[in-house]
Amino acid sequence: MSHSITHERLHEPAERSSIPAVSVTALRKEFVRRQGNLLQRKRRPVSALDGVTFEVARGECVAILGQNGSGKSTLVRLLSTLLLPDGGSAVIFGHDVEKNPKAVRRLVNRVSVEASFFKKMSAMENLGYAARFYGMTAGETRHRIPEILTGVGFPAERRNESMEELSRGMQQKVALARALLTSPVLLLLDEPTTGLDPRSKLEVQDFIRAMRAAHDATIVLCTHDLNEAESLAERVGILDGGRLLALEPAPQLKARYAADTLEEAFFVATGRSFEDEPEAEAEENE
Amino acid sequence: MKTNTGLMRTELIGLGGIVERNAYLIKRYVWWEVAFFLWTVANTLTIVFIAEGVEASGGTLDVNRQTTILLIGAVIWAYLGIIFEILTETVAWERWEGTIEYTFMAPLSRIVHLGGMGVFAVAYGVLRAGLLFGAIALFFDLEMPQANYVSALVVLAVASVSFIGIGMMTAVLPLISPEKGTQLGFIAQGMLLVVSGVYYSVEILPDFMQAISIISPATYALEGIREAILEGASVGDLWGELWALAVIGVISVPLGLATFKRGETHAKRHGKLKRSG
Repeated sequence: MSHSITHERLHEPAERSSIPAVSVTALRKEFVRRQGNLLQRKRRPVSALDGVTFEVARGECVAILGQNGSGKSTLVRLLSTLLLPDGGSAVIFGHDVEKNPKAVRRLVNRVSVEASFFKKMSAMENLGYAARFYGMTAGETRHRIPEILTGVGFPAERRNESMEELSRGMQQKVALARALLTSPVLLLLDEPTTGLDPRSKLEVQDFIRAMRAAHDATIVLCTHDLNEAESLAERVGILDGGRLLALEPAPQLKARYAADTLEEAFFVATGRSFEDEPEAEAEENE
Repeated sequence: MKTNTGLMRTELIGLGGIVERNAYLIKRYVWWEVAFFLWTVANTLTIVFIAEGVEASGGTLDVNRQTTILLIGAVIWAYLGIIFEILTETVAWERWEGTIEYTFMAPLSRIVHLGGMGVFAVAYGVLRAGLLFGAIALFFDLEMPQANYVSALVVLAVASVSFIGIGMMTAVLPLISPEKGTQLGFIAQGMLLVVSGVYYSVEILPDFMQAISIISPATYALEGIREAILEGASVGDLWGELWALAVIGVISVPLGLATFKRGETHAKRHGKLKRSG
């Protein structure tokens, strides 16, 4: 699928440059945690996102930093129409995620921490299945899938092996290929390199850069890898306890908190070391 | 913007993708499928031998006819089980594999998504039911000289629309309860068949169960198929059953879709549309 097809899924040409890729306003999401036994069951609301507001321009890469339970995955799921907000709004290229989810789905794809494939099926079969949902026939994917797999550095001789035979790094490359196959205008990356060995991590990061350069995709990268955020994104945000504390270019973020590194900036902003795991209240429900 | 024709084409390609994926999975798990088929054969035999058992213990009955009645009931039970199982897997299997989020964030309408599962379930279910019918018939010296298999298949095809509609309702259960939802699908299958005369005439049921049997598509499916196999009824002769099945189908599919969408909204509201539930 060429990039021009991707453009057709956007608004009219005049609108393309004027509307933000992502516009999130006062976005709220709560989950209910049940406590107690059967006779004395209590329901306690836990806030996963609390009035988050930000915009991402078309073609921009924004990284959201946060620890486990900070609301990163909830944000990605809201933007990908897998959750409904409890308040506020999220709009992707002019389409509200709650009111017009199907239009949003044509524009968005994601790569998450878990590669998530049918384990007994091969990379070719899994990618073919994913591509059909986006209207690509077997004839169209027969050559396109091998091309993309080659592009992400996936060895040709392993295309027909079942996914369960592949290493975690290999599976994550197939996940990237799946996202790229559908030519997303907005790519949501939810800790795409977590758990990968250093070499695989660098390969995935290089591929993300190459993909941006070649496809002009807008990227929202949720990560708890500070170096990854700084090296890939134009702006870096700090999400803590469901609240977006800041979203600025890394140098300004450091200057705002009078810090030399992003890790220091995170410590000043949240009062916690980045390695400290907070009590992951909403994580269970994210 | 894409035209309606373009969108329709995209949806149909998506439907084909669902069928293609299920075919891959059957292929990959083929020996498990063989094992489950053998279990179904054994289970069906335990039912179908009852007629000969009654005769052996001194009862008087038309063994050939009664065996055929039991066989049809058991085959329909197995067929319905496959339809419900595959439709329930719309959520359950994808959650187990971890692919559920990718499938539900894809730009495929839910009717086509569920319809694709239904189309595959019917195709696989008919193939399996045919094999089961043939395998069991080998154990008995059954005579079905008047059998009209075309009529029986037409009844099964029309009934399948209703079964898909009800299957859509059961498919929502794993969305509501990731742990127990799949098992609830089996309960729905049993409840449907117990009121539908699966191994007996509905006339022997208590009044309230007979009343429920009127709205069960399995009642008309069983009656129609038995008339086609035992009496050689033509499609025209079975108009009463086919008409009732068509009406139930027209109601059950939109109802099933609405139920599923409601469950999906609930899951999205409460964060259950994800791999770990």
